[in-house]
Amino acid sequence: MSDLVKSALPGARAEGLVSIEEMGLSGMVTLRVDLSAAGAAIAQVTGADMPGPRAISAGQGCHVAWMSPDELLILCDHARADAMVADLTAALEGQHHLAVNVSDARALFRVSGPGGALRDTLAKITPADMSADALPPGEMRRTRLQQVAGAIWFESETEARVICFRSVARYTFDLLAMSAKPGGAVGYH
Amino acid sequence: MSTRLSTGGRLIDRSRKIAFTFNGKRLTGHPGDTLASALLASGQTIMGRSFKYHRPRGVVASGAEEPNALVNLGQGKTHEPNQRATTTELFDGLTATSQNHWPSLEWDIGEVNALLPRFLPAGFYYKTFIHPRAFWKHVFEPFIRQSAGLGKAPDPKQTDPDRYEHFYAHTDVVIAGGGIAGLQAALEAGRAGAKVILCEQTAHWGGRAPVDGVEIDGKPAEDWINDTVQVLEGMENVHLRLRTMVAGVYDHGYILAYERVADHAPAADTPRHRLWRIRTARVIAATGALERPLSFPGNDKPGVMLASAMRDYITNWGVSPGDRTVVVTNNDDAYRTALAIKAAGLDVPCIVDAREEADGPLVQEARARGIRVLTGMGIANVKGLRGVVAVQLCRQAGEGAVVEDIVCDAVAMSGGWSPVVHLWSHCGGKLTWDKAGAFFRPDHDRPPTDQTGEGFVVCAGAADGALHATDCLSNASTSARNMLVSMGKPAPEAEVAKATAAHEAPLAPIWVMPQGAGPKKRSKMWLDFQNDVKVSDVQLAAREGYESVEHTKRYTTLGMATDQGKLSNINGLAVLADALGEDIPRVGTTTFRPPYTPISMGAIAGEARGEIFQPLRRTPLHDWHVDHNAYMEPVGHWRRAYCYPQKGESHRDAVNREIDATRGGLGLLDASTLGKIIVKGPDAGRFMDMLYTNMMSSLKPGKCRYGLMCSENGFLMDDGVVARIDEDTFLCHTTTGGADRIHAHMEDWLQCEWWDWKVYTANVTEQWAQIGVVGPKSRAVLEKLGTDMDLSNAALPFMGWTAGKVGGFDMRIFRIAFAGELSFEVSVPASQGRALWDALHEAGQEFGVTAYGTEAMHVMRAEKGFIMIGDETDGTVIPQDLGLDWAISKKKEDYLGKRAQERSHMTDPTRWKLVGLETLDGSVIPDGSYAVAEGVNANGQGMTQGRVTSTYYSPTLKRGIAMGLVLNGPDRMGEVIEFNTTKKPAKGETPKTVKAKIVSPVFYDPEGEKQNV
Repeated sequence: MSDLVKSALPGARAEGLVSIEEMGLSGMVTLRVDLSAAGAAIAQVTGADMPGPRAISAGQGCHVAWMSPDELLILCDHARADAMVADLTAALEGQHHLAVNVSDARALFRVSGPGGALRDTLAKITPADMSADALPPGEMRRTRLQQVAGAIWFESETEARVICFRSVARYTFDLLAMSAKPGGAVGYH
Repeated sequence: MSTRLSTGGRLIDRSRKIAFTFNGKRLTGHPGDTLASALLASGQTIMGRSFKYHRPRGVVASGAEEPNALVNLGQGKTHEPNQRATTTELFDGLTATSQNHWPSLEWDIGEVNALLPRFLPAGFYYKTFIHPRAFWKHVFEPFIRQSAGLGKAPDPKQTDPDRYEHFYAHTDVVIAGGGIAGLQAALEAGRAGAKVILCEQTAHWGGRAPVDGVEIDGKPAEDWINDTVQVLEGMENVHLRLRTMVAGVYDHGYILAYERVADHAPAADTPRHRLWRIRTARVIAATGALERPLSFPGNDKPGVMLASAMRDYITNWGVSPGDRTVVVTNNDDAYRTALAIKAAGLDVPCIVDAREEADGPLVQEARARGIRVLTGMGIANVKGLRGVVAVQLCRQAGEGAVVEDIVCDAVAMSGGWSPVVHLWSHCGGKLTWDKAGAFFRPDHDRPPTDQTGEGFVVCAGAADGALHATDCLSNASTSARNMLVSMGKPAPEAEVAKATAAHEAPLAPIWVMPQGAGPKKRSKMWLDFQNDVKVSDVQLAAREGYESVEHTKRYTTLGMATDQGKLSNINGLAVLADALGEDIPRVGTTTFRPPYTPISMGAIAGEARGEIFQPLRRTPLHDWHVDHNAYMEPVGHWRRAYCYPQKGESHRDAVNREIDATRGGLGLLDASTLGKIIVKGPDAGRFMDMLYTNMMSSLKPGKCRYGLMCSENGFLMDDGVVARIDEDTFLCHTTTGGADRIHAHMEDWLQCEWWDWKVYTANVTEQWAQIGVVGPKSRAVLEKLGTDMDLSNAALPFMGWTAGKVGGFDMRIFRIAFAGELSFEVSVPASQGRALWDALHEAGQEFGVTAYGTEAMHVMRAEKGFIMIGDETDGTVIPQDLGLDWAISKKKEDYLGKRAQERSHMTDPTRWKLVGLETLDGSVIPDGSYAVAEGVNANGQGMTQGRVTSTYYSPTLKRGIAMGLVLNGPDRMGEVIEFNTTKKPAKGETPKTVKAKIVSPVFYDPEGEKQNV
């Protein structure tokens, strides 16, 4: 079965000013809950601190990203997502919440390369401020990637993650690849 | 005749030659040339023809303001019209052709218009083409279209091979203009620690200062410019950008800047243009000033040029615009041109100065060089047809009696300078009239304001009216420093470099030369070169009652050309003010609108073309559809398979085959695009009861129910099957197009109205691949794959759902039947979708498995009388119209739309209601047909009594079937009504109609026996 399970663009890669790579399947869980009352449950299930607005906090084998004042996105192994939902549901027993596996609703890209070129490439497709002080590692920015919704965060100064809906994975990949074409260097960031 | 000088040219590299063509003629220039300078150097003084009179025109300016020298650039795929030769950097292989001429640039038939200017006065088109009315469409408009337009439109069959992109930047300060004022402002802002983007539209820093002989701190301006650029390059917080024009300033500090990345090097693998979309706190417009022409008879002839442009050509590009140049001016600055011409070893027979007295240092220097200076004089006429051969002089104070002929081949004119206040004005900055300088400059008390009410644009240097170099640097420094204080980033104390240049005496405002010129002379004085607007046109407009400058602009077309009046506006409104007997500031200016100069459509489109013109949404099964020759149709941004034609098969035959296979055995439908929204919480039942017209809270876990959703106005907006997952959780299926909209609708009500209800929603549409497994063999194929679930009718009855494993897949199975057959809508995580689809095809071989598309789905649901949102509904239809009263709860106190549905118009018994329609001849009623009724309405249109909403050929019934909304329809079963058709009747015949019997909309299996097995 497992070899038949496919991410949106298995193995898609593009090289240019930066490298773009579809990361395959990854686990994602949407949790909607009163964040002020869910810290203990989050810590218990993920090992992560409750992230502040726009932050990502690291847990045990997973990350917890702030999406909105009542929504988190938990990133983990694809295989762990269903268990994550079950654990969250159990930990939040009696408390109004919604935990749901959305792993397959999304696509995830790794964009890596020299810091300046990386931020320049992304600045061609998002109106969000891509400067290092506006979007340091540890913060996730929900934004638009030209015509589609997406989110961007930096794992390090040389590696970023771009997330979008699965149905527009090809569009997002093509956008990134076009923006990273050699000759398109901007030299701004 | 213009030519290349043997020395000089600070911007060109004489060691190399590059080749280009103009109207097919092979010419050469040097790296660093503009197309205009290279053409002049090649002796090509005529560069285009004017718009209305087709008059021969030469280059008049040297930069962005050029109105005349517009060319078609490139050919075939790269052809682009209306490119200014003055801002086109020369590159090897450049191809240009001139515009608006026939048959040739030198000999133009349209020039005959020039002989008839009194037949083409201001408002000519309005006056001439208004009567008779009927002539407009067939006579006047085609004629005007023929002669309208300057450049040749690009060939629509060709595709631009270049790429373009956008770039978003966020900064504290954007500085427009890299002249000495912009550089000084950047120094201040850079030292203050602000994030700065400094944009210069040309390929060089420093602006005019080096050409004008400015000294800074005792050294040539060029030295200071180089040093300053170096300092700025060393600042981390300052970003320098050449070939980048700030095109527009918008609210909230939004700036568009247009970078011409590769226009000068078209072979490079770079984007051609890049549109910078910048958010900034402040803008410094160091945009300089533009020289104004003088309005004397014949001022538009090739060889007549702005004085500043002439010294640009000499100093920057080593080009002589003529051997003998007469300089005509109302100010001291133009004397610099006379001196530059002299220094280049060329003749200045005289300087014609309209002022009664001229004695400034520059004047004295000119006299000392032996140049004849004539004061109180003007030009009465320019002789020559396709160039200048002589000028005739007159007294400025008189009516133009010729006192002397001067033989010359070029004229340099200067009517003073106007600060470039465009960027100040884009967002509403107001102007004030500077009487001494005779120009509008920014009114510091009325700046354009940002979202906090603070002024967010300042002008620096010449753009602020500090035209003279001595004031320019200090003005730029002060403007920048004040602005930095206003944004809480004061600049540290620092010495401002001292710029020096010869002192200039005040100018005399001269708007018409000679001042007493009669009508004949005034009709030869050009204000707007590109659109052929003359002094006489503006005066005529005033006489005809045009008082507002905005109206005069549109009536005369003054300032409406591609240069947007950069040269003509101030002269034009001065003439208008004079004609109206008003002060210039009272008449005011026209509105300055972005972009400053035209920017390319490519830059605006950015990357959005070709494959990424729009996002295409693809289901997990998309590739399979494409591989199997699916004809795809757009549904929102999705592409869905409409049908899967086999070799030689028409779409209709494919649809019929797919339906037969599904009803006869097994069909598979990709239903992944259906919206799927989770609604969860203690108040979920209550929320669902409000969203849907029927009772949803009573649904038992494990069961499904079809539901209708109305807007608060009562109109049906979406429908779908709801499955109750558990006590707290519902899964709402929406239409494909409704997924995002309905999710937003839910959140809207939850966030704005029922914020205290404990309900969360999540749109999980894309998490699932959903497949309709449809037909008598649907159960068999699922069981064949192997399952841990009991799929029998008893265990999983119609409108039940369950979850488990089928063939190793994690599956939810919904017993719902849109096609009216035994069917199972199954969903698996999207990552498993393709594998499941393939497995179903493999296992279904023995059952004749057939993929079917959206059209087969539509036909099958119509055979069952099921409505489709968007077919049976159009935003004006309520569920009651569709006979869906059974799906409207009578028990509920409220639901969205309930109150609206009680309004008198909604309960009107004459609302058209849904029925089935069977043509008597078995044909298919045309889509969109209306049922005709007796008589005509007040407008003489035929009355109607209904309309078709869905109409198909049913392969199952082997006849045309339709649904429609008909007056009193449900009460008229069996009655025959007529529908109009698009068949053209023979002459004298009444229009063809098609007869149809009103029947029940359920054509197929009315008892539901097929789906219930």
